[in-house]
Amino acid sequence: MSDVFVVTEHLQGELTETSFELIALARDIAAQTGGRVVAGLVGSGVIGLAAELGGADRIVVVDDPAFENFSPDGHAAVYASLIEGSPIVLIPYTSMGMDVASALSTTSGIPLVSFCTSISVDDGLGATCQLYAGKIEADVEVAGDRAIFAVLSGSTSAEDGRSGAAAEVTRVDNPVESELRSTCLGLTEPEGGDVDITSEDVLVVVGRGIESEDNIAEAQEVADLLGGAVAGSRPIIDQGWLAKDRQVGKSGLTVKPKVYLTLGVSGAPEHVEGMKDAETIIAVNTDPQAPIFAVAHYGWVGDIFDLLPELVDKLEAD
Amino acid sequence: MDSVVLLRPVPDPVEELELNDDGNDLDRDYLGYVLNEFDDHALEEALLLKEAAGGTLTVLGLGSADEMEQILHTALAKGADEAIKLGDDLSHLSVSAQTEIFVSALEGRSYDLILTGVQAADELDGQLAVRVAAKLRIPHVSVVVGADAGDGSVRVTKEFWGGITADYQVQTPTVLGIQAARQAPRYVAVSLIRQAQQSGALSEIDVDPPPDKSGVRVVSVRVPETGVGAEMIGGDEEAAAEKIVEIIRAAGVK
Ligand SMILES: Cc1cc2nc3c(=O)[nH]c(=O)nc-3n(C[C@H](O)[C@H](O)[C@H](O)COP(=O)(O)OP(=O)(O)OC[C@H]3O[C@@H](n4cnc5c(N)ncnc54)[C@H](O)[C@@H]3O)c2cc1C
Ligand SMILES: Nc1ncnc2c1ncn2[C@@H]1O[C@H](COP(=O)(O)O)[C@@H](O)[C@H]1O
Repeated sequence: MSDVFVVTEHLQGELTETSFELIALARDIAAQTGGRVVAGLVGSGVIGLAAELGGADRIVVVDDPAFENFSPDGHAAVYASLIEGSPIVLIPYTSMGMDVASALSTTSGIPLVSFCTSISVDDGLGATCQLYAGKIEADVEVAGDRAIFAVLSGSTSAEDGRSGAAAEVTRVDNPVESELRSTCLGLTEPEGGDVDITSEDVLVVVGRGIESEDNIAEAQEVADLLGGAVAGSRPIIDQGWLAKDRQVGKSGLTVKPKVYLTLGVSGAPEHVEGMKDAETIIAVNTDPQAPIFAVAHYGWVGDIFDLLPELVDKLEAD
Repeated sequence: MDSVVLLRPVPDPVEELELNDDGNDLDRDYLGYVLNEFDDHALEEALLLKEAAGGTLTVLGLGSADEMEQILHTALAKGADEAIKLGDDLSHLSVSAQTEIFVSALEGRSYDLILTGVQAADELDGQLAVRVAAKLRIPHVSVVVGADAGDGSVRVTKEFWGGITADYQVQTPTVLGIQAARQAPRYVAVSLIRQAQQSGALSEIDVDPPPDKSGVRVVSVRVPETGVGAEMIGGDEEAAAEKIVEIIRAAGVK
């Protein structure tokens, strides 16, 4: 009769997709343990969001001005108290969840499994995890009968976690007495650039395989010939070779173009999260083991610098 | 502002990963290691902070022997004041065990900031940055993309998603899980690394690996099947280019 607790997250008044994915996973687990799905909702002025969490059986809400913004140590401290009584805890493996999961595990001693894509409860607690940037999949087992699972976004369908049903809502006072040691000074929205990659039909996406800023010109040529735009993986943006609004993935944008052509992108889970629903994914990579080939619809194992001139030729002749 | 940077090597992501005979780990016999890329960003951010606000910079390195010495000498060459190698060849420990080792190495040191990478590709049981903070009972911020040192506090930018960031004022001492430094990690001349090797500034602390208390055990590992459902295009670049154009046209892009 083990309850399954879900840490939900929200930003600017909106629950994230991952929150619903975790509720969907929790429903599956609870069906096997015979327990309930309990969702935690922590913020300020968030009680209204509880209506969207009908996929849970019970929602525990801490609605307190102290949590007007996400507080890394504050949220961890609140959840340490909220999860008591729930042997299985699911936390999004996201920017917010990362600050919560490891802190909960360290202070409570409950084992934590990261990078989970699925969870099993039939023969003890276990999970399947994506390690080494998606290059290795591992089945792991947890000692004991309590566990915290940090789950990758996109592990299941968010739709299955949504429900119009009304869950039991319990409001609890902020259990954290100590003063928060970090203060949020405010949020910053990304600056809009010249191109909105979320509305392009064709994206030519460069990864670290492109090697230098100068080489991006050739990818740009292909994008121009196709009437599309160039986007990039995180390292390309961190290098300053493309603007931040060209980044696809977990900390960038989610895109669903007609065609997504990757050039030297390995396909780390954080990248895949932002592009897996593109209509046609074509991947080019020298490494046949690259995880990008697991999500691509078409793949070519080879060197982008051999391919690019040919591609430009073919498109010009077309 | 005195900083300590925690460094860990990870299997070189460029190499092909082979599995061991038991099928429950990588075959580590011939594996090459490199510095975790996010730790490299943590070091860069610490160097930028030191340049702007002064203070000392210490690097603590844990993991495979040869590579770690090279990594620590490189850190010294880049501007770290002190480099300490923890144990000899303690690679592939759980994050819980790494946390114990780093925390005991930090004992008796004074620091305002601890920086390390936001994650490593093999962190099966949690993030080092947050575990260390929770163990030391000091605040933490993960997914940091920039820091600015103040008096008794540090101002950091944390990234959420969709390009949205938040700024936090955090009491020191604190641990930052660095996603990306404000600028790409710097390169350093080989001659400076050689100087660092000869300077004797690298010290070592003996460490016995602590028993693993993570409670997480790998039963089996596999290389995910790639290209399942994907059609692999054969042939040379010319044939591939032709086929790719065909696929793009068929997808409705004219
Ligand atoms: C909290 C967090 C958030 C993140 N958010 C994002 C995000 O939003 N977006 C994102 O992309 N990443 C994100 N990352 C980073 C992610 O983990 C990976 O590091 C990143 O996606 C890797 O980028 P890459 O594929 O370009 O580089 P690599 O992983 O280095 O891959 C380069 C690839 O190029 C191939 N290659 C090299 N040369 C050639 C050649 N000549 N021809 C063909 N192929 C070649 C290689 O085989 C390799 O597969 C995030 C990480 C964290 C921790
Ligand atoms: N797991 C979480 N549970 C509750 N609140 C969170 C969580 N994570 C973040 N928050 C924060 O709560 C703040 C206030 O919520 P809102 O005004 O609804 O966006 C958000 O900006 C988030 O930063």
